[in-house]
Amino acid sequence: MGKKVGIEVSIAAAEAVGLCDVDVVAAYPITPQTHIVEHLSELVANGRLDAEFVPVESEHSAMSVCCGSAAAGARTFTSTAAQGLALMAEIVYIAASMRLPILMLVANRALSAPLSIWNDHSDAMMVRDSGWIQIFCENGQDVYDHIFHAYRVGEDPRVSLPVMVNMDGFILTHVIEPVEFWTKEMVGSYLPRFRPLNTLHPDKVVTMGAFGMPEIYAEQKMAHDQALKNSMPVLLEGWDELAKLTGRKYEPVELYRTEGAETLLLAMGSLCETASLAVDQMREAGRKVGLVKLRLWRPFPLAEVRKALSGAKDLVVLDRSISVGAANAPVTSEISAAMYHEPQRPRIHCMIAGIGGRDVTPEDITNMVDLSLKGTEQECHIYGVRG
Amino acid sequence: MPEESKKKILKPLKNFPLEEHIASGHRACQGCAEVLAVRHVLKAIGPEMVLAMATGCMEIISSPYPLTSWNVPWIHVAFENAAAVGSGVEAGLKALRRKGRVPDKEVTVVAMGGDGGTSDIGFQALSGMFERGHKMIYVCVDNEAYMNTGIQRSSSTPFGASTTTSPAGKMSPSGQNTSKKDMPGIAAAHNIPYVATACPSYYSDLMKKVAKAKEADGPAYLHILSVCPTGWRIPPEKAIEYGQLAVDTGIFPLYEVDHGVWKMSRKPKQLKPVADYLKGQGRYRHLDETLIAVIQKGVDEKWERLLKMTEMTGPATSEQPAQEE
Repeated sequence: MGKKVGIEVSIAAAEAVGLCDVDVVAAYPITPQTHIVEHLSELVANGRLDAEFVPVESEHSAMSVCCGSAAAGARTFTSTAAQGLALMAEIVYIAASMRLPILMLVANRALSAPLSIWNDHSDAMMVRDSGWIQIFCENGQDVYDHIFHAYRVGEDPRVSLPVMVNMDGFILTHVIEPVEFWTKEMVGSYLPRFRPLNTLHPDKVVTMGAFGMPEIYAEQKMAHDQALKNSMPVLLEGWDELAKLTGRKYEPVELYRTEGAETLLLAMGSLCETASLAVDQMREAGRKVGLVKLRLWRPFPLAEVRKALSGAKDLVVLDRSISVGAANAPVTSEISAAMYHEPQRPRIHCMIAGIGGRDVTPEDITNMVDLSLKGTEQECHIYGVRG
Repeated sequence: MPEESKKKILKPLKNFPLEEHIASGHRACQGCAEVLAVRHVLKAIGPEMVLAMATGCMEIISSPYPLTSWNVPWIHVAFENAAAVGSGVEAGLKALRRKGRVPDKEVTVVAMGGDGGTSDIGFQALSGMFERGHKMIYVCVDNEAYMNTGIQRSSSTPFGASTTTSPAGKMSPSGQNTSKKDMPGIAAAHNIPYVATACPSYYSDLMKKVAKAKEADGPAYLHILSVCPTGWRIPPEKAIEYGQLAVDTGIFPLYEVDHGVWKMSRKPKQLKPVADYLKGQGRYRHLDETLIAVIQKGVDEKWERLLKMTEMTGPATSEQPAQEE
């Protein structure tokens, strides 16, 4: 077992990337991602990591370099946030459709305008349909562990897909947390070398990125959809092995004090920790409230979500992004669609909270539960908004 | 070029590589000099290469899934990022080779795009590739408009050309009213080891330059004029002739910039009048004598500037550059 240290989560994440012996890092600086790539460039400069650090001129080129690098068979890393993710979005879609395993750490940040460097999930939601595996992390240890997990799953020949690990900007990136490090031996036993089926090399000539006529496009998309859905057993296998190695068990959907709960909260990312405090307080007050943490966003864990939610009377979804003009915020829409055909389903309440870096306290979450229970189904609130 | 030499049957060059790296049966238009340029570029590099290509004519004629024309490793990701994708391939192969995970041999990484993919939408990615010093070749196959989407103007479209988005009309007598972006000059301003212009009408010059680019100790840029009969509205069988005229009138001079030293590759004693080149091209049909004079003046000025650059940067180059057959 590795040692436990107090460390800024961004630095811990970069250390984990270094332990994975990545071959290429391509990144462009953007707040709040900077500490991650700064530390990686230090590791390369100091000779602790034998990799090519490609200081690209934009995020669009960052993802493009990643595509070329992964296609050449190199283990590849990038990291970005908000506007950077928006700029590279075109290539984010292509990387997934071309089945190129790349790890991208997204330091979740609100999308402009107005310009905001602070946290929410609108950046990740913007590319939710791109066909990447998308995981949301609750704390620093979670981020650190998922670097290894993401490479193991994404590079697995049964999967061969890029993985986006989401960590809340500032709330996670810039805090010092206790993180239990992995040893080289642990990484060696957990993460095999990247051996893609096809690479760009003259010894075996391949054509990558051919265009699709109408006779083939739909089939290609179906194959991509199936590949993403079929990654589920490999994700679970990765988490099982990780548990054997570290004692920490991750799941697509995790439950906190849900026994006998009439009201469930559902959250993603670091908001889960805040919500668990609120649940503790409400439980102490004798209220039957529990928390469902949605860790895996893509592939969407449909069966697990249905199983976790069907018993409750009310469900309060804490959505950290807004889908302007839509019936609901993104997570609520997804959950509503998942539950619609269930014979027993909770009333679903949408609470948009914590966008653009607005603080969310445990008391706020209790208030949101109260507001929801007073209201009717299918209302979508932006919690705490003025005007 | 003397009139009679046009009628000569050209003999293949000595050591002309017979191996084809782009297969016939692709979907290029009749008389496409761009795919000819690509064929010669690949021959000059040889099979030990990886090609990253931008969206455009060459991509679309060669890769309708599940067919491919490519006998070399080839990747297409998007329109504006061939230089960045190539950078990634170069970085990836470099790291893997250093770590002993791919065979220890030189692989030439080439990125390729059209004039739109190079001088417009891919401009930033290209500048980044130059500045970072990737050891690779970028080839711009310039047919002077967005031909793949239907002859829309680009920043590489020359002054006076009528395109579907710079049409000549009563209020716009010239058609395109801006001058061609100087991509080779911009590439040279990055102080990269090797920059050259070329044209498949002078294929041995082209292939020599590709070979030099391959040996360069950093990024190399080749700007290849690729006559497009469809977009220029000329008969397909005239493509080679118009390429020659472009060079011989000085509207597309052949030169190279080798480690900052500018050198003319073809320096005719007397440039032909540019009207010889403009004549017969549908895209220039609307031009009157005044506008032709404007173009001629631009060509003369650019030619003089080029000569000054060769004098300023190079050794005294009084000798006539080698003329090819």
